[in-house]
Amino acid sequence: MKLKELVGCIGGSVVCCEECLDNEIEYAFASDLMSDVLTVKTEKLLLITGLANIQAVRTAEMSDLQAIVFVRNKRVSEDMIRLAKENCIVLIEYPGTMFKVAGILYNLGIKAVY
Amino acid sequence: MHFEFKVQGGDFVRAGNASSQIKKILKQLNVDSTIIKRVVVALYEGEVNIAAHAFNGLISVDIDTEKIIIALDDNGPGIPDIGLAMQPGFSTASPIVREMGFGAGMGLPNIKDNSDDFKISSEVGLGTYLEITVYLKGSKEGE
Repeated sequence: MKLKELVGCIGGSVVCCEECLDNEIEYAFASDLMSDVLTVKTEKLLLITGLANIQAVRTAEMSDLQAIVFVRNKRVSEDMIRLAKENCIVLIEYPGTMFKVAGILYNLGIKAVY
Repeated sequence: MHFEFKVQGGDFVRAGNASSQIKKILKQLNVDSTIIKRVVVALYEGEVNIAAHAFNGLISVDIDTEKIIIALDDNGPGIPDIGLAMQPGFSTASPIVREMGFGAGMGLPNIKDNSDDFKISSEVGLGTYLEITVYLKGSKEGE
């Protein structure tokens, strides 16, 4: 599924990298632990997290993630946006819980990593 | 090619800069994306470990036509029991490190998992030395 379509379905707000919304998403991984995210080797992956700091974006950069959905109304900072733009990582703010957005994505056919 | 990067203990804002620069260099060299991901994930885990546990450290990266060798040499408390530190889930990370999303005890096992060759040595009160080798051709069996 294209990120553009996915964002429309969950109702989140895209903070940066609108030009990368044509990227395809096949899998999602939900975690606040970047140590766990770094063990995932799956491609076309979206991260769902409540950890809104620069290391969440760094982790996405190293793991070649396409997008991050920040749940629980967490706000994205300017330095996070700067780093995301360098790497074409779409940052999305979402007001609901991790459980809620994971459920919506699952129903849309987005797959679990394992 | 040889590159060096200094890492400051406790600096989580800059932790990842070396990994980021190495990723850009490997992309410019047209290295296979799977190899790049293995290299930068291992390097980033090591970089975060220095920021999380050591006073400071030096990362050196050597790239030739066959392999990439990364050495991470830190001045820090060292690891008393390397066998225990290598067990998935074992962690001595501080609450601050955990707030940054790390300290799940997956770092060293994940570095080893992404390496073709992995060496670790440590002396309590002095520091820890890691050497990670990833081969550009004929990567890990089954990959």
